[in-house]
Amino acid sequence: MTFDYAPAPESRSVVDIAPSYGLFIDGEFAPASDGKVFKTVSPSSEEVLSEVAQATGDDVDRAVTAARKAFEKWSALPGAERAKYLFRIARIIQERSRELAVLESLDNGKPIRESRDADLPLVAAHFFYYAGWADKLDHAGYGANPRPLGVAGQVIPWNFPLLMLAWKIAPALATGNTVVLKPAETTPLSALFFADICRQAGLPKGVVNILTGDGSTGAALVAHPDVNKVAFTGSTDVGKAIARTVAGTDKKVTLELGGKAANIVFDDAPLDQAVEGIVNGIFFNQGHVCCAGSRLLVQESVQDELLDALKRRMQTLRVGDPLDKNTDIGAINSAEQLARITALADAGEAEGAERWSPSCELPSAGYWFAPTLFTGVTQAHRIAREEIFGPVLSVLTFRTPAEAVEKANNTPYGLSAGIWTEKGSRMLWMANKLRAGVIWSNTFNKFDPASPFGGYQESGYGREGGRHGLEAYLNV
Amino acid sequence: MSELTGRLSVFKTYKLYVGGKFPRSESGRVYEVTDSKGTWLANAPLASRKDARDAVVAARKAFGGWSGATAYNRGQILYRIAEMLEGRRDQFTAEVAAAEGLSKAKATAQVDAAIDRWVWYAGWSDKVAQIAGGTNPVAGPYFNVSAPEPTGVVAVLAPQESSFLGLVSVIAPAIVTGNTVVVAAAENAPLPALSLAEVLATSDLPGGVVNILSGRTAELSAPLAAHQDVNALDLAGADGELAKDLETAAADNLKRVLRPAPVNWTADPGTGRLLAFLETKTVWHPMGV
Repeated sequence: MTFDYAPAPESRSVVDIAPSYGLFIDGEFAPASDGKVFKTVSPSSEEVLSEVAQATGDDVDRAVTAARKAFEKWSALPGAERAKYLFRIARIIQERSRELAVLESLDNGKPIRESRDADLPLVAAHFFYYAGWADKLDHAGYGANPRPLGVAGQVIPWNFPLLMLAWKIAPALATGNTVVLKPAETTPLSALFFADICRQAGLPKGVVNILTGDGSTGAALVAHPDVNKVAFTGSTDVGKAIARTVAGTDKKVTLELGGKAANIVFDDAPLDQAVEGIVNGIFFNQGHVCCAGSRLLVQESVQDELLDALKRRMQTLRVGDPLDKNTDIGAINSAEQLARITALADAGEAEGAERWSPSCELPSAGYWFAPTLFTGVTQAHRIAREEIFGPVLSVLTFRTPAEAVEKANNTPYGLSAGIWTEKGSRMLWMANKLRAGVIWSNTFNKFDPASPFGGYQESGYGREGGRHGLEAYLNV
Repeated sequence: MSELTGRLSVFKTYKLYVGGKFPRSESGRVYEVTDSKGTWLANAPLASRKDARDAVVAARKAFGGWSGATAYNRGQILYRIAEMLEGRRDQFTAEVAAAEGLSKAKATAQVDAAIDRWVWYAGWSDKVAQIAGGTNPVAGPYFNVSAPEPTGVVAVLAPQESSFLGLVSVIAPAIVTGNTVVVAAAENAPLPALSLAEVLATSDLPGGVVNILSGRTAELSAPLAAHQDVNALDLAGADGELAKDLETAAADNLKRVLRPAPVNWTADPGTGRLLAFLETKTVWHPMGV
């Protein structure tokens, strides 16, 4: 007999969401200059969570002016003092971790298991890590007394709202820059809660400013003449537009863009571990991960065995309420994203690949997509070339390591890759040949503040995390 | 006929350097190169867009072998190039003096500085990974290591005002780390660059690692900045308006761009150009027994 899971819901009462939020400029919440607002909804229920302000060009200007004014004093602070502010922020994040995890799952749709066990611990860890750099910049390998750039304009995506905020804000503040950050339109709430954390930490006014809004707000921020540094994580198309906008200016820019990672499984790999890695690689955060292992390259001789095991494992994935602690796969972030995933999956079928999903019941309200596997995929198929940014895995095969390298590198992207083999020399040979910024061997989707992250080619430029992550915010 | 009693010198036909060979421009065009006073020195090849594309093909072809060579081997080859430059010191001094209107003493100082700089960069080949990479202490049972890797094919617009020291200062850092380059030589002073090609060709440097074109910087740089198989641009030799256009074109496939900036070529170059054309690759592996 089999036992069913009893519902194990996390409580919503730990988070108190206000009916409306203003922009956070110069330490104060204020409405948009033209009073416009938009709603943010919970993608698992389509319930309206709150209304937030739609920042205008004037608001961008006010926020940049506040950040510029704050820069003078903030950059002049001894590093040891800036470090203490970052330690305070890190500690408050740990204290409010449960509240923030619930908030993130409500606004984003990701399972509480992931926001609680992956996102929030990493968010705090990033602030701790960069706090430690603030008073050691002379030793970072960028010369003695490296200087901050000024005002950083930062635009972040909806897949890891608070984690991307931490990746951007922690190194910026540690190096003495001030910040104007725009969270994604569909996931603005955790950034607004972060504004309150800055208040609790006693951070000087204007050092961190949060502007909610859509793409037009982000474009105005990137183009603002008094912004010295642009940091963007998001789609490759927007990244290219930003690269054009900053051309011919003095703005320093880092871009973390899309990916189409190959997860390569050799016949000598421990298949059960590989299956776990494949599942984690593509179904973590509903596949809303730029470094997701969306192309499974499996050695032909173990294809059948691996796919059988993978399908068995996928049957056990639980799709549903993000606040249920037993949920593996939550909601798709927005109706728009669901439409894109649906269109690409349909294109996969239309182009002749074979589609398979485990039987699973999807909730009636909200945005949902069942975990999906495509076999018989060729390199020409759209599902093998385009980033889907959803729980859709394309399976291709290879015979030799050289063929695996060729297929893995056959993409304009170069963010990440996975290798599964027990043979160390082969693993190192593969890692050496793959054109990607992060290689996970016999593991996947691991992140750490001490480890640099970033892509080759059209996956963008610059590195976040580690000592390397400091460079983007220093005049080196 | 008394003026014909002296020995008539042999003119040198300057050619492009592409894929280890010395072709004329496929366009058949040349342009007049003069010294700083306007006296004719030579007809240099006026390279075309097709020459630029051929050079990218050669650079891509050479990339696998050159980036896959050991750092020690790349260093040895760069040292060898410095030795060959030393042997041709007088030739380069004369060419630099003519190109830039310098006294012999000043031209000698430029050439000496260029050779010394080449040696300095040669020594970086097997050290850069140690300053730009290393293991990362992640909070988990993983071995995690970051190492720099070459970006790929770098299109370099050589500085216009420093025909040899500036040229060496942009080529050496790009190739010592394993990139391959297509160089547009200084438009009005290309001869030292075309002579450098002769040194490179006889120094064990694989063909295609360095490709040198002479011609109109704006004409050559447009197809290089737009080329989908170029990974990075060094805009040292571009002025403001051209640099903006090229950076805009480079956004199309997210080429890495090093913007032009005033540089004192005689000063310590630091590691900026060395690190500008490197990616960082981070490898994770579980640890356990």
